[in-house]
Amino acid sequence: MANDNSYFKKWNRRDALKALGGLPIFGAVWYSGASLTESAKREKQFLLETLDIKASPPPATGPMSGKPIRLGIIGFGIRGEQLCRALGFGTTAWFKEMQNALAANPKDTRLADFKAQENLNIKLAAICDIFDTRAEKALESFNTDDNKIKRFLTHTELINSGEVDAVVIATPDHWHAPIAMTALNAGVHVYVEKPMTHNVSETYTLRDTVLKNPKTVFALGHQHRQTQSFLTAQDIIQKNILGHVSLIQTNTNRNDDNGAWQYEIAPTANPKTIDWNQFIGNAPMEEFNLEHFFRWRKWWAYGSGLSGDLLTHDYDRINCIVKMGIPNSVTTSGGIYTHHDDSNVPDVMQVNMEYPDFSTGTSQESGKEKGMTFVYSATLGNQFDRGTMLMGHDGSMELGNSITVYADPQSTKYAALIKEQRIEAGVPIYQYDPAVNGTDAVTSATAKYFANKGLLWTYRDGKRVDSTFLHLREWLSCIRNGGTPSCSVKEGFEEAISAHMAGLSYKLGRRIHWDPAAQRIIALPGEDLDSALLGDKVS
Amino acid sequence: MNNQKLTTMQSRALVLLRILIGWHFLYEGIIKAYNPSWTSKGYLLSASILKPFFAWLASDSLAGTIDLLNIIGLIAVGASLLIGIKVRWGCIAGILLLLTYYLAHPPFSSLPQGPAEGSYWVVNKNLIEMAALFVIYLFPLVSVFGLENLFSKNKAKLNLT
Repeated sequence: MANDNSYFKKWNRRDALKALGGLPIFGAVWYSGASLTESAKREKQFLLETLDIKASPPPATGPMSGKPIRLGIIGFGIRGEQLCRALGFGTTAWFKEMQNALAANPKDTRLADFKAQENLNIKLAAICDIFDTRAEKALESFNTDDNKIKRFLTHTELINSGEVDAVVIATPDHWHAPIAMTALNAGVHVYVEKPMTHNVSETYTLRDTVLKNPKTVFALGHQHRQTQSFLTAQDIIQKNILGHVSLIQTNTNRNDDNGAWQYEIAPTANPKTIDWNQFIGNAPMEEFNLEHFFRWRKWWAYGSGLSGDLLTHDYDRINCIVKMGIPNSVTTSGGIYTHHDDSNVPDVMQVNMEYPDFSTGTSQESGKEKGMTFVYSATLGNQFDRGTMLMGHDGSMELGNSITVYADPQSTKYAALIKEQRIEAGVPIYQYDPAVNGTDAVTSATAKYFANKGLLWTYRDGKRVDSTFLHLREWLSCIRNGGTPSCSVKEGFEEAISAHMAGLSYKLGRRIHWDPAAQRIIALPGEDLDSALLGDKVS
Repeated sequence: MNNQKLTTMQSRALVLLRILIGWHFLYEGIIKAYNPSWTSKGYLLSASILKPFFAWLASDSLAGTIDLLNIIGLIAVGASLLIGIKVRWGCIAGILLLLTYYLAHPPFSSLPQGPAEGSYWVVNKNLIEMAALFVIYLFPLVSVFGLENLFSKNKAKLNLT
């Protein structure tokens, strides 16, 4: 090859193919990849437009400006401490624990998350706990130059002291309603932990008390009302994406001692440091008993076991989405099968709540739209996560950190799309993950794997936020700026009555009916529902 | 190597391998380029070793750039191997990309494994593709099939057959 001219003269078709053959392959691969992705995008867009689901987080609550609200804490046990942290007050011991945790694991963000939490502009002005150690812990931790906190020996003294505007109640269940009513009657705002009440009759008196005191703000502590995805789930129900929902399945699976309420017994606890008579309150008098004091959730006299403690979470979570209210009837079965000690609440429990007239909508001909069962299935002897499912004629919705909707292969609504293979069985038609900033109609096994591991999770405004903080903030905003909390007395009444019906069915061994006209649980002649619910006897 | 001659079949087989790997890289790049919601964040955040490094790559300030570099890298490697231009550089870049994928989720029995369509221990498809790219690096054979032919001033020397 003396020069370029002679080189090009020797070129033939074979040489051209050798030099340029890669180009058509390159073009074909590019075109194929691009057109496939584009058509998948069009399909996804089409599905999203067809479904028209509005993915939105709950609205932000009002400003925390103005005079600080003076709060009293009644009950400073495990939950009381958690609530105080959500309010911006961590104990000295907790800070120490978190610093150690951070030293051991630099990725532990709990302390950083706590410090990043918005200041709610409150004063922790008063504490009442009937166990000295706990009350003293609060005094030592929260008494600072900025915050002066005072201990009261009884909740009545605290409420009537004139030193608090609002109280947070985190006592055993049997004290929820009595303390809430005392506060409401004194014009003090109330945030009470769930369940709202411990027996049937006080559910009515507490409701009346709230209604009689419209200026005091009443909130029930179901913090998952603040879940980022619940408005989206509501929209899915309202737009009838699932069709007629006939079954909702919720559950609790725990398999450890803490999950079975075997809480730690403090070494400093004794009859001198605990006001036993106050603990007993309206419960039957017992000899001083440390098990009863620290592990009160295991006895009906003070707690309410699975039905009051954990069913209420799932019931309220679903009630805020589908608004099914109080069931027509409830049947419950179960027993003490996993923790054989002297507790008297069941540790395995299956609750079926019947709603024969309830409808979430339908895509079928008239007459097929009514009837739904809400199932709560629980065991304290296994921790396999079964997920919450809402099952409709046209689709199923899995409710967790994210929302996933699947079309049902036999759906009426999606029949044409299934036939055209625009909807595939087993592939979600909609997925909402607040973490990935938006919506996705289809997902891959890998994406789901990452989502389920929580790796893609981001938080409100990019910050990890405790839902209890948001729930308390909502209550404080209603006190400052007006409005009604998302979980107030109407929702609390429905939660308490439904949970008590579940407990009663377990206790009485029969189906428990609700009379919607009379707004009463139907008792058989001679039956006292409250003593049946709180007593030891299981029929 | 320079003194050895490959048979026609041997060189065609090597070119075929080059085309297939190029095809694979290009297609992976195109699929990602045309899908705006694609991100490597999940893959990087779930890395089973060298976690701080991969978490840094997946951090908010860097994730977008990493995704773009990955897409450009995949398409460039694919184009290089398929069209036959700067093949050796393409092989090096391809090996580096595969090495990052491999290191984020190495198939070691002691580490958690994500979803996969097969069973792997130490050796997985990323590693095999890396080895195949090393072979291509040694035998780029652009003279047998490649655009560089067009610009070559010394065609005879390049043609190993």
